[in-house]
Amino acid sequence: MTGTGQAWRRLRAYPSAVASLVLLAGLGLLVAAAPLLEAMLALDAARVDLFNRLAPPGPVHWLGTDELGRDLLLRLLHGGRVSLLVGLSAALCTAVIGAVLGLVSGFVGGRVDDLIMRCADALISLPLLPLLIVLAAVDPAKLGLPESVGNSANFSLYRIIAIIAIVGWPGVARLVRGTTLSLREREFVQVARALGLGPARIMFRHILPNAASPLLVATTLAVGNVILFESVLSFLGLGIHPPVPSWGNMLNGAQELMHQAPLLAVWPGLLIFVTVIGFNLLGDGLQAALDPRAAARSP
Amino acid sequence: MLRFLLARLGQSAVVLFAMSFATYVLLGLMPGDPIDLMFAADPDITSDDIARLKALHGLDQPLIDRYLAWLANALAGEFGYSRLLNEPVFEVLAPRLANSLLLMAVSLAIAIAIAVPAGIHAALRPGSWSDQAINLCCFAGVSIPPFWFALLLILLFAVVLGLLPAGGMGHEGDGVLERLRYMVLPVLTLSAAAVAGYTRHVRSAMIEVMREEYIRTARAKGVAERHVVRRHALRNALIPVVTIAALDVGGLFSGALITETMFGWLGMGKTIYDAVMGNDYNLALVGLLLATLVTLLANILADIAYAWLDPRITYRRGAHG
Repeated sequence: MTGTGQAWRRLRAYPSAVASLVLLAGLGLLVAAAPLLEAMLALDAARVDLFNRLAPPGPVHWLGTDELGRDLLLRLLHGGRVSLLVGLSAALCTAVIGAVLGLVSGFVGGRVDDLIMRCADALISLPLLPLLIVLAAVDPAKLGLPESVGNSANFSLYRIIAIIAIVGWPGVARLVRGTTLSLREREFVQVARALGLGPARIMFRHILPNAASPLLVATTLAVGNVILFESVLSFLGLGIHPPVPSWGNMLNGAQELMHQAPLLAVWPGLLIFVTVIGFNLLGDGLQAALDPRAAARSP
Repeated sequence: MLRFLLARLGQSAVVLFAMSFATYVLLGLMPGDPIDLMFAADPDITSDDIARLKALHGLDQPLIDRYLAWLANALAGEFGYSRLLNEPVFEVLAPRLANSLLLMAVSLAIAIAIAVPAGIHAALRPGSWSDQAINLCCFAGVSIPPFWFALLLILLFAVVLGLLPAGGMGHEGDGVLERLRYMVLPVLTLSAAAVAGYTRHVRSAMIEVMREEYIRTARAKGVAERHVVRRHALRNALIPVVTIAALDVGGLFSGALITETMFGWLGMGKTIYDAVMGNDYNLALVGLLLATLVTLLANILADIAYAWLDPRITYRRGAHG
């Protein structure tokens, strides 16, 4: 796209967004390099060492060890891989579902539009977290999934992505519907219709590209929100299950150990906080850079 | 207006029914059922006994029949007992709903008391350093994981300084002041995210209103700037803010669940969480529905408040959606 270079130039006018981008990229690299660091330090993030519990930071364990004697730094990095992976993939799923439903809602209109938007309204107004907790407590065996799937280490990962996608789509759907409504009667859509193009082709080839910038902004902001939700659910014991580490479930036992090892409660939360604020500032900057009219309203 | 109200009530009833069915199905999909739990506690039960007990309690019936039976009872005012607490669910839930609403109301009041002046301050000086500082604080407020914020507060005020209790709600016979000490940290936790959200809304609404013609007219008439801000701008800027606050009750319930669980505050959120974790299906179901009902009613109130505050809005046929 020719607009990309221009958007990048505009984004550079927002120092907080650029700083966030650099920070997130650095964090991504660090997290990706976790196995490398593991080999370098000759440590194993999953290795339990009960004689070395809650060790203070030192030359071998740079940030010390947790309540089972595992290296804290390496677990933080591995947890970051999980949290970022869940954040990015669930936000993407949300965006895809929201975009499709929003397009259909705006383009088809009528009863279909009514139904989709009523569902969106209802989902947005519900007390979300109690509902998520009930969703997360569902037994995979009773859903008819084979036991090998339900017991696999990655199952909790897929489950949380699915749960967040199920409840997260309404925001994106409203946004895309709005864009679709404003474009539906424009000349280029009329021409496409007159040429006999099918509705699916018009929706995805002609209307969707015009919704790209708001979609990008919404997805960026969604990543931050998803990471927050994942951390809350994992903290409550309903998200990512140990021994797979995530920033949320690493805080799970921290409340009881507060007196002995307060730093155990500080690091994972700090990383969540920094990552989420990074995605939020980046999303805000992108919005300002891609939509000059909105930029007039926010700093 | 009446017609609109009836339509909204009807919609809310549909949502509530859909929610009750969905929750019923989901709870049925949770591990184990009440008879399995009884079995786990008593190794002498045979599989014949289990089958008989399941038939006795209707657990061998198809799901839809069980739901309809539950619904018939519920509509007759019979909501059953809590498995963990051996009390009728409403006797469990009523005081806890009151506890939650107290926590939410105090947090909401404090959030608004901070957000309105902060938002106005920022809106009157867009781009200034104080505006940018407030903006950054808002980003921090919405980005901080609420349970981690609670952990930090406990760490600072209860563990390091020893000033405030780390959790609980006080004891029988404690004075009001002592009870208030137990509320400080939960209220701080719950209002943090709300302050951040509302401040941003107040700020953008104020900036929008300050550009209106009637503000220029008021200034041209020679009305003092302080007056322009308070009488003319703020009143109009608050309309969308009130709506957003009332629409956010669902979000407040989510925040309350985390806050209550962290601080051992006996409210709805903690009750629902404990019920789900303890396989207390009935309590979880009714608790979730009660939370949904309160949220839906708050949303309707938001619509009414919107129409009442803004004379330009009238809800006629087709005026909504």
